[in-house]
Amino acid sequence: MPKTLFEKIWDSHLVNKQDERSLLYIDRHLIHEVTSPQAFDGLRTNERKVRRPDLTIATMDHNVPTTNRSLPIVDEMSATQMQVLEKNCKDFGIQLFDLHSPNQGIVHVIGPELGLTLPGSTIVCGDSHTSTHGAFGALAFGIGTSDVEHVLATQCLWMDKLKTFEIRVEGKRKNPHTITAKDIILYIIRKIGTGGGVGSVIEYRGETITELTIEQRMTICNMSIEGGARAGLVAPDEKTFQYLQGRRFVPNNYDQCVDDWRENLKSDPGASFDKTITIKAEEIAPQVSWGTNPAMTTDVTDIVPFPSDYARGNPDEEKAAERSLEYMALKSGTPITGITLDRVFIGSCTNSRLEDLIEASRVVKGKKVSSKVRALVVPGSQLVKRQAEKLGLDVIFKDANFEWRESGCSMCLGMNPDILAPGERCASTSNRNFEGRQGFGGRTHLMSPVMAAAAAIAGHIVDVREVDLN
Amino acid sequence: MEPFKPVKSIPTPLDKVNVDTDQIVPKQFLKLVQKTGFGKHLFFDWRYDKNEKPRSDFILNNPQYRGSKILLTRENFGCGSSREHAAWALLDYGFRVIISSSFADIFYNNCFKNGILPIKLERKDVDEFFQTDSEIEVNLEEQTIKTKSHTIHFDIENHRKKSLLNGYDDISLALQHEKKILEHERNSKYSSL
Ligand code: SF4
Repeated sequence: MPKTLFEKIWDSHLVNKQDERSLLYIDRHLIHEVTSPQAFDGLRTNERKVRRPDLTIATMDHNVPTTNRSLPIVDEMSATQMQVLEKNCKDFGIQLFDLHSPNQGIVHVIGPELGLTLPGSTIVCGDSHTSTHGAFGALAFGIGTSDVEHVLATQCLWMDKLKTFEIRVEGKRKNPHTITAKDIILYIIRKIGTGGGVGSVIEYRGETITELTIEQRMTICNMSIEGGARAGLVAPDEKTFQYLQGRRFVPNNYDQCVDDWRENLKSDPGASFDKTITIKAEEIAPQVSWGTNPAMTTDVTDIVPFPSDYARGNPDEEKAAERSLEYMALKSGTPITGITLDRVFIGSCTNSRLEDLIEASRVVKGKKVSSKVRALVVPGSQLVKRQAEKLGLDVIFKDANFEWRESGCSMCLGMNPDILAPGERCASTSNRNFEGRQGFGGRTHLMSPVMAAAAAIAGHIVDVREVDLN
Repeated sequence: MEPFKPVKSIPTPLDKVNVDTDQIVPKQFLKLVQKTGFGKHLFFDWRYDKNEKPRSDFILNNPQYRGSKILLTRENFGCGSSREHAAWALLDYGFRVIISSSFADIFYNNCFKNGILPIKLERKDVDEFFQTDSEIEVNLEEQTIKTKSHTIHFDIENHRKKSLLNGYDDISLALQHEKKILEHERNSKYSSL
């Protein structure tokens, strides 16, 4: 019987079954400071060991400061979490890329960089955006802390089999520099809703997806969770194999692995998915979120919607939209491009890789950030930062009055000092616009790096298609 | 984990869709390194004003629902981050049952790991509970919710029911498969870094 890519990876990692549940083997376990302390506590209480410390990799990203790292950490509780991670890694023999490591960075940025993310493998992390790694054709998903403990102790997880959801994106974008991967995924979430993918793994397919670079595919898979899906997948191809070639943790017999992946890691012709939709790339314009969940998004050329139009007869959604507009302090009918900003954030595991920074820098070059805006670039990892600096991107951003920071999650979730003040409005390249996500009372508009860069210059949201790109 | 016993209580009606984990427990409370003590931070930004005084317009602050063990809410509850702190906060506050028309996957899973029973019902049944304001009784063994006037049946995966009723420890269960795990590791292409 023809199988989907998901089914192939699932079947090849099935250890056993019991009571309709599957015990799935996990090849790589990534951990960070926020969701792991209680898991290690659990191990100690039950006198258990880490089964495969060699397959477990740790970094610090969620609450690290992004300012000068030679200074002591001001926030005591954050410092404690980092010390606890350090101690846990030492006690259990786990490799840690700490604050001062040249490989430190957001866990979903460093995994692929280090070649930890391999096609056909299973990867978990106590973070929902683990779906990012699916861009390489790995089955990768976020887990809670109890499951972190479970994987530490057993290198396996009990799972119910997920459903398959095929999303085809066909055709050509009008301009790949202005209609980015971020716009594609925001558009998809807008179409399927925040619960559209619940219980499933999305496989992204079609001409548009094939044409994307690996980093762009990561942006797409990253936000699968915002569409409710547990994981996203793109079948690996030559671009994938080339991207990983020579990276630190890829297997020694890499060429042999590639032969095998090339042969096997794709959905068979005729394989059936539980659900399928097709999106036409030509229809996608630059996207901007106006509300407090990622599906509350519209074209940049549009207006802030009326709750009844948005809700299309669903009374709960209508109430939610009213509440969102109140929180966001926006009036229905206002043009999206008229929305003025206080802050701009370019960063997060969605959009903080080298290509994102290159694209944004083209918009910024030779211009100045609006005097009303404070703008921040936070590279996803130390490696991205070094590569960007080699290209002189830091100079372009700094000349334009952007702050150029050290790597971490930063203002994506505001656990470190990078937060919005109550009422501040921010154009952000991150993935969540929930109430208070970037700081209590803060208002987030999600968009692509080029859109955020253009907004920083203008002081309000603009259509990047009308901006002169260097 | 403690075995799950029948729960009798007035449900606390939280009439919102897409309640995300950033709302259930805001990030400023994720820096603790234990599992306990999160109850006081539950729904913090909705529950308290700027001066950390309880807001009278938020449902949890309504004295009628004090001590409630059942949370009644709307679709896609628990969406967003994987933080298990959300489940810890609900449990620590005293909720043992959450009723909704749908849940986000990771949150749903996290509930069971902590002895919370999330119940998925048809939208019309959820609506009905929002109309009533009296005690209901949730019985997992029978898979029923009893109100004064009638009984509603709910579905749940068999293994989850068994696990919750018996307070099973998943890790011990998995470790019983050691031989199979070893066998898998021997044949795996990904078995070393
Ligand atoms: S950048 Fe944001 S979404 Fe990504 S891992 Fe960090 S906090 Fe999570």
